[in-house]
Amino acid sequence: MGDRVRTFGDQVYSAMALPLLAIGLALIVGAIVIIATSALEPGAEIDFTLPFRAYGALFEGSLGSPNGRVSTLVQTAPLILAGLGIGLAFKAGLFNIGAQGQFLLGATAAIAAGVAVEGSGPFVAIPVAIAAGMVVGAIWGFIPGFLKAFSGAHEVVTTIMLNFIALALMSWLISGPLRLPRSPQPVTPTVEDAALPIMIGRDGHVGILIAFIAVPIIWFLLYRLTLGFEIRAVGANPEASRYAGMKPKRLVTLTMSLAGMLAGLAGTLNVLGINHQMNATFTTTVGFDAITVALLGRSHPVGIMLAALLFGMMRAGAGLMQIQAGVPAELVDLLQAVILLFLVASPVLRRVFRLRGVKSGLGTTDTMARTYGNEAIR
Amino acid sequence: MTDLPVIGVIIQLFQFLIDQLPFISDAAVAASIPIALAALAGVVSERSGVVNIGLEGMMLTAAFVAWITGVVAVGMLGPSQPTAVFGITLPLLIALGVAMLSGMVMAGLHAWLSISLRADQIISGVIINIAAIGLTGYLYTIISKNSPTGAGGFDSLDVPAAISGIPVIGWLINAIFDQGPIAIGAIILIIIVQVLLFRTRWGLRTRSVGEHPRAAETMGIDVIRLRYRNVILSGAIAALGGAYLSIELTTSFQAGMTAGRGFIGLAAMIVGRWSPLGAFGAALLFASSGAVGRAITFAAPENQLGDLLNSIPPQFYDALPYIVTIVVLAGIVGRSIPPAADGQPYERESAT
Amino acid sequence: MRGITKRYPGVVANDNITLDVRPGEIHALLGENGAGKSTLMNVLYGLAVPDEGEILLDGSPIRISGPTDAIDRGISMVHQHFMLIPVLTVAENIILGDETVRGAGFLDLNQARTKIQELAARFGFDIDPDAKVETLSVGQQQRVEILKALYRDTRILVLDEPTAVLTPQETEEIFLLLRRLAESGRSIIFISHKLYEVLEIADRITVIRRGKVVGERLPDKTSEKDLAELMVGREVELTANRGESSPGAVSLEVKGLHVKDDRGHEVVKNVSLEVRAGEILGIAGVAGNGQDELVQAIVGLRKATGGSVTLKGKDITGLSPRKLHELEVAYVPADRHRFGLILSFSVQDNLVLNRYMNAPFSRGGVRNDSACEAEAKDCISEYDIRTPSANVNAGTLSGGNQQKLVVAREFDRDLQLLVLDQPTRGLDVGSIEFIHGQAIAKRNSGTAILLVSAELDEVLELSDRIAVMFRGELVAERDGRTADKNEIGLLMATGGRAAAQGDEPFVDIDDPA
Repeated sequence: MGDRVRTFGDQVYSAMALPLLAIGLALIVGAIVIIATSALEPGAEIDFTLPFRAYGALFEGSLGSPNGRVSTLVQTAPLILAGLGIGLAFKAGLFNIGAQGQFLLGATAAIAAGVAVEGSGPFVAIPVAIAAGMVVGAIWGFIPGFLKAFSGAHEVVTTIMLNFIALALMSWLISGPLRLPRSPQPVTPTVEDAALPIMIGRDGHVGILIAFIAVPIIWFLLYRLTLGFEIRAVGANPEASRYAGMKPKRLVTLTMSLAGMLAGLAGTLNVLGINHQMNATFTTTVGFDAITVALLGRSHPVGIMLAALLFGMMRAGAGLMQIQAGVPAELVDLLQAVILLFLVASPVLRRVFRLRGVKSGLGTTDTMARTYGNEAIR
Repeated sequence: MTDLPVIGVIIQLFQFLIDQLPFISDAAVAASIPIALAALAGVVSERSGVVNIGLEGMMLTAAFVAWITGVVAVGMLGPSQPTAVFGITLPLLIALGVAMLSGMVMAGLHAWLSISLRADQIISGVIINIAAIGLTGYLYTIISKNSPTGAGGFDSLDVPAAISGIPVIGWLINAIFDQGPIAIGAIILIIIVQVLLFRTRWGLRTRSVGEHPRAAETMGIDVIRLRYRNVILSGAIAALGGAYLSIELTTSFQAGMTAGRGFIGLAAMIVGRWSPLGAFGAALLFASSGAVGRAITFAAPENQLGDLLNSIPPQFYDALPYIVTIVVLAGIVGRSIPPAADGQPYERESAT
Repeated sequence: MRGITKRYPGVVANDNITLDVRPGEIHALLGENGAGKSTLMNVLYGLAVPDEGEILLDGSPIRISGPTDAIDRGISMVHQHFMLIPVLTVAENIILGDETVRGAGFLDLNQARTKIQELAARFGFDIDPDAKVETLSVGQQQRVEILKALYRDTRILVLDEPTAVLTPQETEEIFLLLRRLAESGRSIIFISHKLYEVLEIADRITVIRRGKVVGERLPDKTSEKDLAELMVGREVELTANRGESSPGAVSLEVKGLHVKDDRGHEVVKNVSLEVRAGEILGIAGVAGNGQDELVQAIVGLRKATGGSVTLKGKDITGLSPRKLHELEVAYVPADRHRFGLILSFSVQDNLVLNRYMNAPFSRGGVRNDSACEAEAKDCISEYDIRTPSANVNAGTLSGGNQQKLVVAREFDRDLQLLVLDQPTRGLDVGSIEFIHGQAIAKRNSGTAILLVSAELDEVLELSDRIAVMFRGELVAERDGRTADKNEIGLLMATGGRAAAQGDEPFVDIDDPA
């Protein structure tokens, strides 16, 4: 028994050591950047205490108060879902940079559906709106998946293009067909029946629960279902999978659609839970944060959940950090890049810090770069 | 709408496009430059076997660095008299130089991650992009509070009206030469790299390392060093494209101003089959779809065609370059074969 | 080379090896796959750094820290897998790394062309410097490799398994060329595991086993049997004991099959064949004559453009790999790393890679780990797979054990048809024996076996009947027991009619001898 406990502890250490180290180092780098740029403010001098105030505000805004904690959960929910989508795609050897577009169009579709069934009561409106968001997100994932499988166009390029197309499409829908009549700004009507009920705090909506429930579901899919076995097999070696009787083209298309569906669900829950409407310039950081979340969580559902909590915290506290310490919220973007950098440079970290028995790697497969620009998957 | 004579509209469309050709070709060349430079950067890197998804980030960084260096240089040197041709000033030159340096630094990081650490090259590239968004976004938010004055931008050549007025040929000459120094330099650079790649020792070694690095190594070629050199060169070229955006096409920086051009450049590289001239052609194609869109929104003709075009929402034209990119890429990619070792990390010592 | 030792994590690839080579000598280095021959040569060529030992040239020690040093010292190497760049021309491949340039680095290809043609003429063959390497036959590509060495004025030429992909006739030609090179005073190190070849070409033979030199022999004072025992370290059966076969009814029948390759060229033309139950049909042919596409069409990985495939009278043309699996068809692909295994998956998951969806390995789409584990346990003991556990990644196993893993997965059930594509490439003798034995056992239990191999020896050893494939067609069929090796080799090279029909020669047989 004691032996098994230690093994489990070893496993946790092995999985968490490098990510935690990367986060710690990134915070130090962030502090250095904050100090270095503190003198750039008009009439300011170099301020060595600024990082403490900035990180203090970041903490206070996220975990330091009941409202902050709810806000952390609210920010975490879409990151979990979109992160799961990206992680799932990683397992199939696909890099879904299109979560941004899938998120935005999913949100738009949810609002459109919510407006369409307004008056039918929440028991109809909420499922309909959520289904609409998931379907549209899935379509926006299906397109690059299909193109990758059947023409070989690499998903990194096509999903980025689809992000821009999604932005234009959303802007047109909201300033055109979906526009609230006689409003001075291009905004949609506010949904009422499809609005998600609040569970905790000011805006702790039911979507948070759905996001956390998705974690074991995706874990089960990946590691217990034959479908998950196929997805992982295709990601690790598409040719051997085909030789063993799987259908890589279909699996690639399906996985990308599932990834889009999850990102679409993220957008749907966000907009049905918080804004209840959309405007033409609606934007989000979820699409790109979720890439970091998936990489930091090593594409494992539990890892993704933990990484999403971390970035949910940062996003929740960034506002207060900007107000109280005057450090721009973009610091979070910078921290992301530095965390990822340390993760990718993990061989160096292991050498410098003499770490033994820790897992490195990002939980992605090495087929992404290999299938780049190449012929279509067979 | 139902009694719209289709043939008439098509004739009107051709007429409109011909009328607008001077504007469209000029705008298309101008818009193609950053895409073509990104594509050229991609060619230089990928011909040696390193996938460079980080071009977008290198461009964005360089665009920011060019602008902020201009701000600092003008502050330190004071305003100076621009030259008559191209409007060159010392701060602008410094800005361009530092911007290229910044691109090389970012590329150096990509090279280290993907060549020395043998990280997945796509992930490494995406990290470069996220780092660029974070860094430029963070600094720009702080700096723009001061609303600083930049160094402005380079001017375009003035093609004499006698030439630019000549139908078709004059318009095309105008399209190519009614540009600033970076743009004209870029076109020259594309031709030079095309020749270098297929006619020189550097070109032969680059191609061999991108196709079969182990074979190249057995012939005494230092694969690692060559890849480092090419990736860093690729960063300098991408930076040229970034600087073009902030000190030639416009005169200031905006957050996220590269707007996917690095990625469109990659698509142009694939469509152009990893050759500089082919990539430039593809970049022109992608850029002209945007230029046509702009011509339509600015100067839609006043006839049935105009009514039809005006009934299409402007967002469609915004999305057009991206749509064209996807469609062309999906149509051509299976027939465009990348260098055989593209994207594969190289391990020096034999494994047996 | 004196006292060379090279260690890799877990293995000593070279253990205190000493090797001397004289000018004008053809020195054979004989050893099994994995004995450490290639490592030793990589040390000589600067591709691997020895942990101990030194290299002496003309009596004085030299340091070789990279291929450049080796080339500068006049040492050249022809690798088993050619180090040629297919999309470049012959001349570009040859000058790479030693380019003559003018002005700002512009290549002087004219000078190179002249020198290449002179060299080729001096050693009695002909080559087009402007042909792309990918359009050349394997034999021609090997000459390009040798020209690379001659272009650099090589003194010591190392050839690693140079005949592995050649027909007997091409082998003869290359031997002739090697003798001429030796006569001109160059030293040649000839690496091989084929006994009769070594006996034919070498002036001296050094045998290594498990990283150590175990003996030196002169060809006229030794025999195949002596060398084989030295090489393997025990008595070996030089040929598999195939026993008597008792073919039953026709099992696999292929009729008028046409198949196109990825580029849309028809590479299998009107192929018809039959394999009976309890019989091995071997297909011999130089690699790239359509065997890959033929096999892929039979096992459901490629669409046939015409013709039919039937199994026991049932039409199976175009069925998916999974359907064929259900019909008791199994397939061991040629490249286990690319097609046979998922190296980052566990041994256990690889063992169920094609039946994970069937009971008992999963029920209702949910996987059952304990069933997979039990199956893995059985296979590991039955097929003698050396692995610390069923949960380690397949990539950590040795090549022989990886191939046994594939064989275990494919063999471990009743089979109607078994397709073997290069089943023993790159394996040690023990694994080869084991796999051949398993294949013969399957045949004896009534399975129809189609064997494709570029190793003519393997085809001759196992097949009850041999068909020769040339340019997409089956050009001849011979009885497996009485087939003449040279005749089969000639058929492989020429199709037995190239000269008569005046086609452009696929393998140029213009040797001026």
